[in-house]
Amino acid sequence: MSTASTRMTGAQALIKALEMEQVDTIFGLPGGCILPAYDPLLESSIRHVLVRHEQGAGHMAEGYAHVTGRPGVAMVTSGPAATNLVTPLMDAYMDSIPMVGITGQVGTSAIGSDAFQECDTVGITRSCTKHNELVMTPDDIPLAVRQAFHLATTGRPGPVLLDLPKDVLQNEMTWHWPTDDEVAGSLPGYRPTMKGHPRMIKEAARMILAAERPVLYVGGGMLKARAAEILRELAEMTGINVVTTLMARGVFPDDHELCLGMPGMHGTIAATTAMQRADLLIALGARFDDRITGRLDAFAPDAKIIHVDIDPAEQGKVRRPDVPIVGDCRLVTEEIVQAIRDLTASGIEQADITAWKSRVSGWQEIFPLTYDEASPGAGLKPQYCLEELRAASTDETILVSGVGQHQMWASLHWKFNQPYSWVNSGGLGTMGFSIPAAIGAKAGRPDATVWAVDGDGCFQMTAQELVTATVERIPVKVALLNNSYLGMVRQWQEMFYDERYSEVYLSTETPDYVKWAESMGCVGIRVESPEEVGPAIEKANSINDRSVVVEFRTDSEEKVFPMVPAGVSNDEVLVHPSQEQFRAQLG
Amino acid sequence: MTAFNPHGTSLNHGILSVLVQNRPGVLARVASLFARRGYNIFSLAVAPAEDETQSRITIVVDLESAPLEQMVKQLFKLVDVVKISELDPRRSIERELLLATVRADTGQRSEIVELVKIFEAKILAVGSDAVTVSLEGHPDKLDDFEELLDSYAIVELQRTGRVALPKLDRAARLRAVNPNQKGKVS
Repeated sequence: MSTASTRMTGAQALIKALEMEQVDTIFGLPGGCILPAYDPLLESSIRHVLVRHEQGAGHMAEGYAHVTGRPGVAMVTSGPAATNLVTPLMDAYMDSIPMVGITGQVGTSAIGSDAFQECDTVGITRSCTKHNELVMTPDDIPLAVRQAFHLATTGRPGPVLLDLPKDVLQNEMTWHWPTDDEVAGSLPGYRPTMKGHPRMIKEAARMILAAERPVLYVGGGMLKARAAEILRELAEMTGINVVTTLMARGVFPDDHELCLGMPGMHGTIAATTAMQRADLLIALGARFDDRITGRLDAFAPDAKIIHVDIDPAEQGKVRRPDVPIVGDCRLVTEEIVQAIRDLTASGIEQADITAWKSRVSGWQEIFPLTYDEASPGAGLKPQYCLEELRAASTDETILVSGVGQHQMWASLHWKFNQPYSWVNSGGLGTMGFSIPAAIGAKAGRPDATVWAVDGDGCFQMTAQELVTATVERIPVKVALLNNSYLGMVRQWQEMFYDERYSEVYLSTETPDYVKWAESMGCVGIRVESPEEVGPAIEKANSINDRSVVVEFRTDSEEKVFPMVPAGVSNDEVLVHPSQEQFRAQLG
Repeated sequence: MTAFNPHGTSLNHGILSVLVQNRPGVLARVASLFARRGYNIFSLAVAPAEDETQSRITIVVDLESAPLEQMVKQLFKLVDVVKISELDPRRSIERELLLATVRADTGQRSEIVELVKIFEAKILAVGSDAVTVSLEGHPDKLDDFEELLDSYAIVELQRTGRVALPKLDRAARLRAVNPNQKGKVS
């Protein structure tokens, strides 16, 4: 590479460092303090996507990272731009998304003086990043960038933020690209454990073979570790059923006979109940979230726990594991598979799980996902719209969801057969996530068809990024399920607040989504009757030179079932009213 | 609320010795992690360690607010944290404490013993080629002691930083004695 004597500005070093890190796309919006960094960008090979709001830049970086596995990069200026980036940073932190945020900062001499557009960015983002750094001299920029990408992508992935004062970008430095050893040496406290403890691996294998009612409880960590293949091998060699959490949808094919779908608050009855009745939960890259466990002291009461996670702090945070294994989910699963082979070869047989599996398939048969037919003249059933959309899509189609009822319907009613075909905001539950995240996903995977599924509440938070999609020529498709309400809140008020609806009605006619879509350079289609659903989807799929917004006018009263009310045991799951008569079968 | 001795032996607290990279904001990271996760800190002292690029933070934590294991694991997720040791709760006094392990062969050992006598310091452990000494007292006195020790090879040095409580009158001091504390609270 360059000789040690190459002089350049901090800004040039920043862009060069990003190029060295193989960054091909930056999502951002310039402003005062970050201005110096935008100048060398003109000569760079890196594509810059100019967003309409900094939050959009952050979610686009996340969407990009979700589908490519490479860190997404968002670059914005200081002050309000940095604070606008806080939501995506927190979102990425909760869902362990590799992301690098770059913010401008006021000049070093002005820091602390309440200068124009100054804020304590590293202070504000401390608890929503894996790590952050205020870079105080241009000479430190290359190392800071290398550290940021290393930290964002290794161990438990997450967002890292670099705060760059304007004079640090403007002043000159001598280019030096740190070696791997220099990076490792600069982070003496950072050594993620990759391989599992051999004794624990063996113990896990022994427990898996001995279990009579085992369930593979698979979380987003398996996607991060790119462990879909070895997971399938583990499941097939043992015949153990798999549940995939909201963050793991797609890591195991929904059309596989061992797949039970999503567990938890809105999980399938088979998935949730299998976990409740299990004698062994093999938790792989999952974190026993409250949306999975329901009331904790009643969760999976008879289950022993094998917990595989790269983050030691997840072990015992919620549920004490019998066999904790810290390590990379893919490596550890490979080690477990090998240990099972070794035990089998030495003559140890797997316990008979056929009785258990017939119980599980019984739950699948008795409690399939279901919803009522739409009554004539009433709104469309959102589940129907999603099923029709899925039928017109391929396994490779990427589905990007917002947060709320539509997210749960999408996770439940879509068939995910490919890893990295599902993007959503799980931990933070960020309304408005889907439009920018879909644009980021499409930017990262231009070959793929990207559908955003959104609610009307979410859409109104970030829809302006469709302007970005049009101008930057990143066409996405949007299935807007317009039920005129903040639907999930409405569902809770109906069920738990005696139908006292407080501040949940938005509007059916305002805004006019078709006109709004058209004004942003998209094609807008309104669908009001079931016969129009298929043709509208077909039309949307035929348009590839611009974004399409299909507004489905859906039934406001439709609720997500199954449902475990907050703070209640998973045993008390509310099934669809038509299945209430079979409740006794859950035992 | 009884007076609290940060190095005392009551069962509801633990002592963590956290080696961190000596960088701007590292204390804020530790403090905000404790605040965010709802862990209570009884006392906290920071000082540079034997390697000047690193600092040791001694944190006395409230074990009723969270399990020590979770605190350690969450702390270790901070990139600037290099090493965490859980210290056994032990008797100590307020103000400041210096611990130092000094390399000393048998010939040098008597010189160090002399130094310890002069300063009314203590020898805590003797190894074949090193001694570990401690000195409690006013920070100025500790500075002098450290300076003299420095002519020998200091292997490890830890100062707690100042820990102070307001002086009490005699009656208040008697009230403040915690019956659960086994050590002296002079």
